[in-house]
Amino acid sequence: MATKKVYGIFEDDDVVLEAVKTLRAKKYNVVDVISPFPIHGMDPALGLKRTRLSICTFLYGITGTSLAFLMMYYMNIFDWPMDIGGKPSFAFYKNMPAFIPVTFEFTVLCAAHGMAITFFLRSKILPGVEPHVIDDRMADDRFVMTIEAATGAEAEDAKAAMTAMGALYTKD
Amino acid sequence: MNYVLSNRARMISFILIGIGLISIAASFMTHSHQAWSNLLHNTFYFMVIALCGTFFLALQYAAEAGWSVSVKRIPEAMGAFLPYAAVLMLIVFFGNLIAGNNGGHYLYHWLHHDLYDPASPEYDKIIDGKSAYLNLPFFVTRMLVYFAVWIGFTLTLRKLSLREDKEGGQAFYKKAKRISAAFLVLFAITSSTSAWDFVMSIDTHWYSTLFGWYTFAGLFISGLSVIGITTAYLVKKGLMPWVTEHHLHDIGKFMFAFSVFWTYLWFAQFMLIWYANIPEEVTYFMLRFDHYRVLFWTNFFINFITPFIVLMTRDAKRKTNTLLIVGVILIIGHWIDTFLMITPGVVGEHWHIGWMEIGTALGFAGLFMFVMLNALAKAPLLRENHPMLQESLHHSI
Repeated sequence: MATKKVYGIFEDDDVVLEAVKTLRAKKYNVVDVISPFPIHGMDPALGLKRTRLSICTFLYGITGTSLAFLMMYYMNIFDWPMDIGGKPSFAFYKNMPAFIPVTFEFTVLCAAHGMAITFFLRSKILPGVEPHVIDDRMADDRFVMTIEAATGAEAEDAKAAMTAMGALYTKD
Repeated sequence: MNYVLSNRARMISFILIGIGLISIAASFMTHSHQAWSNLLHNTFYFMVIALCGTFFLALQYAAEAGWSVSVKRIPEAMGAFLPYAAVLMLIVFFGNLIAGNNGGHYLYHWLHHDLYDPASPEYDKIIDGKSAYLNLPFFVTRMLVYFAVWIGFTLTLRKLSLREDKEGGQAFYKKAKRISAAFLVLFAITSSTSAWDFVMSIDTHWYSTLFGWYTFAGLFISGLSVIGITTAYLVKKGLMPWVTEHHLHDIGKFMFAFSVFWTYLWFAQFMLIWYANIPEEVTYFMLRFDHYRVLFWTNFFINFITPFIVLMTRDAKRKTNTLLIVGVILIIGHWIDTFLMITPGVVGEHWHIGWMEIGTALGFAGLFMFVMLNALAKAPLLRENHPMLQESLHHSI
């Protein structure tokens, strides 16, 4: 079933928050609000689930830790045993303190890059992708509410409802 | 809303203090050398927890933080223990000085006169080189300066907060902010030097440049844990209905972040010494690793792994129960950390932890609890006239 997205452009954060609460109570399918700054209480008002990005970050971090350990085990213990700090122990667990700084940095590197790249992919912000600009000022001082409607008639109804709630103008 | 010190809380405090007195007496009869180190350890530990209350308060003022207004009475009450801790510290230091004249000083090796006499067989060139800093008159002066500064600022901040309750207005807040900024500068210096004086000078030959930060980082977690536990306790009792999960989240974040910071400093200190392998530096860790191995690893796992795993998720930080459990674990963990800083330097390989050590700690905890809860009962739990009160009541993250 093809759904239709309609947008309402608002000029005030309190108005848009109130509109979200009212329209959701009237069973309109409000899917998103684009805002230049975080609005307190907007997440619960929209009924958004908590982001799973932090779980991804954790997994990327663990991957980084494992890769760093593997790399240093191969380089400094297996392939070319190193005498670290005058302690010729040649065992991974005994030389571990020397490996921790590198492991930490590599964990942070993988977690941070993985998180940022995942975010860009999920948000469809990639080089060469035409950005979807609904209003020229939507990242400046305006707020955009998105409603998903099943039919054309419902879309027109949603646009009228947004105008009634104080939208500056609406568009498809 | 007011907290009233219940008879039950008073009873528990007195029982704990009783256990502490019996333990101290028993430990002096059975192993008096470690008894001195137990006294110094617990006095120092609870003194710095009280000091961290004032530090936390000053930090909130200086940063103009709004969220913490709803819990500011708790760090204020913690600072009330400082005068008692100062008296205890003076008793421990001078008691040790007097008792030590018979058969050598128990706590501070550098107090021996022979070390500074080139004619004596005991002459120690390294310690003699440090005598410009480590000598009795200067040490006592420094100790008195610390207590004067800490107690003075604590009492001033408390007085301003109580007057604000009665008179209102922004003047008290602005004054408290200026005073806090001055305190933070003095705290930065005195927290380092007091850690050198009270703790690092026990291992007189050894030194570590980041010892002051390490001590401060560890003990700030204990202070934050006390704030977290008290908040959780009062919320559970229904005395702080204005404290929401958002405030708990912020306290939880503080505990989590400083646990990681402590681990970073612990590891930075350990790794540089381990890597360089210079004999006069590694002896410090050799003693602790060879003879205190269980505690050495317990210290690391309790204070790093527990808060790291448990407090990592957002939901865990927002619950009173997790803050209570993790807070208690961290207080015990950093008590062990302080034990490892002080006891090995005093008694070397001949140590033990039995009911007397735990009893001494419980006695100090009882006294701390009694003094703090008494101070908490003296003023309303909410600072009604604080200029940032509304921001804190509507805090949302």
